[in-house]
Amino acid sequence: MIEFKGAGYSYGGKALFSQVDLEMAPGSFHFLTGPSGVGKSTFLKLCYGELRPTEGLATLFGRDLGSMNRDELAVARQNIGVVHQDCQFLDHLSLYENIGLPTAIAGNDPLKEQANLDELISWVGLAERVSAKPPELSGGERQRAALARAVIMSPDIILADEPTGNVDWEMSQKLLRLLVELNRMGKTILIATHDLALIRAAKTHVQARVLRISDNRIQLAGADL
Amino acid sequence: MSILADIAAIFSRDGQSDRVVPKTGYTATLTVFTSGAMAFLTVFALALSLAADRLADRWGEDLAKSVTIRISAPDNQLAAQTSATMKVLETTTGVASARVLSDAEQQELLAPWFGPDVPIADLPIPRLIEIKETDAGFDAAGLRLRLQVEAPGAVLDDHTRWRQPLTLAAERLRLLGMTSIILIAGATAAMITLAANAALAANLQVIRVLRLIGASDSYIARAFVRRFTLRAISGALGGTILGMSAILLLPESTDDKIFLTGLGFQSGQWASPLVLPFLAGVVAFFATRFASNRALRKLS
Repeated sequence: MIEFKGAGYSYGGKALFSQVDLEMAPGSFHFLTGPSGVGKSTFLKLCYGELRPTEGLATLFGRDLGSMNRDELAVARQNIGVVHQDCQFLDHLSLYENIGLPTAIAGNDPLKEQANLDELISWVGLAERVSAKPPELSGGERQRAALARAVIMSPDIILADEPTGNVDWEMSQKLLRLLVELNRMGKTILIATHDLALIRAAKTHVQARVLRISDNRIQLAGADL
Repeated sequence: MSILADIAAIFSRDGQSDRVVPKTGYTATLTVFTSGAMAFLTVFALALSLAADRLADRWGEDLAKSVTIRISAPDNQLAAQTSATMKVLETTTGVASARVLSDAEQQELLAPWFGPDVPIADLPIPRLIEIKETDAGFDAAGLRLRLQVEAPGAVLDDHTRWRQPLTLAAERLRLLGMTSIILIAGATAAMITLAANAALAANLQVIRVLRLIGASDSYIARAFVRRFTLRAISGALGGTILGMSAILLLPESTDDKIFLTGLGFQSGQWASPLVLPFLAGVVAFFATRFASNRALRKLS
């Protein structure tokens, strides 16, 4: 799915990562942890091609990220669901339109997608809020909507950047259960978080690999996690 | 990105493609107003150009048909030279008819300058002969040579020296009108490019979100192109209707040779401004497409 071989990324002359060797196999579940500002979001951007490694090789669905043009990258992103910390919605569209937007971009028939969309919105518990605009939603509702939008195209990979950063513990557990459920459906999951309690809770439900960013390297975390 | 796909997207009944761009913002008003004002001005430039065209044709035709011979001679030779000139004209190929103007007709011609009571008989006024040509026309140079011999006081005036500068002036006026239309189209394109750039800059977050969820640059560009093209068409439609109404309200011409009252459209020409909204759409389409593609490349 996603593979890094000796990859590194520098910005402004400063190396954020170097010599990263990592493979995310289909159906695997990963956590990426480390203190705030260490580069978790940057690494996620490398995973979905918003940034490209400045050294080494990164492949996305078997293709060298560096050789993909903008249109090829756009097609690849339709197979990657991304849940951002700040959710990133189009504020002038309703929640329903925002969640369905990836299918519209892919050119799918809206009538055929309607049942799928309704089911997905019910799955994340937002059936009563379909007409609301993103600024009218609570933090938890926004995160669940972002998750629904990330999976509407049934992507093979789901990347989540601090998905529980703005929600209470109960909501974070609900989101985690949704992500675990998606993993059981065969999706590859990578969650960047500094919330160690969330990681511990997840490990009771799913076999997850925990990666830690430390000293510009991405390493497998120890037994404490 | 295919131009045909972009054009198809503009007229697609699925409005989703440009719904991703928020409707609010001063760029919307700017685009509608600019294309409206430019279309209004273009209607006048077009009217000017067409009026100049008609005038050039009219002046050309009227003067081309009229040829005069002016005979200036001492009183005791005037009748003889007039008679000799008429004989020459009778045997000149290409002259359909020739007629000596009467004193009354000459007095009428002079009235605008000297008043109606001018004592024409007491003045040394040249005698005028009006000639009507056949369709084939006559050899002016040959006729001048013959007149030089038979009637040395006769001067053939085929109005070429009047007609040429008038026709030239009318043609320049028409060119000026066409140049104005081109300049207006260029200014419209520049304004719409600026507005599109401003809209793209104001919607960076929208672009980021769209890219995040798999939108290609062509999809994003198409959304902006559709929005701006439709705005330009609607603005230009309003401007064209206002411009045509203003032309319609101009005073009617009573004399078709007076230029300023002849500014307007005649019969089928009224359809010509209706092409302006379409042209505004074409200009907006290419201007926005250019601006979007350039901006999105920079954002990569």
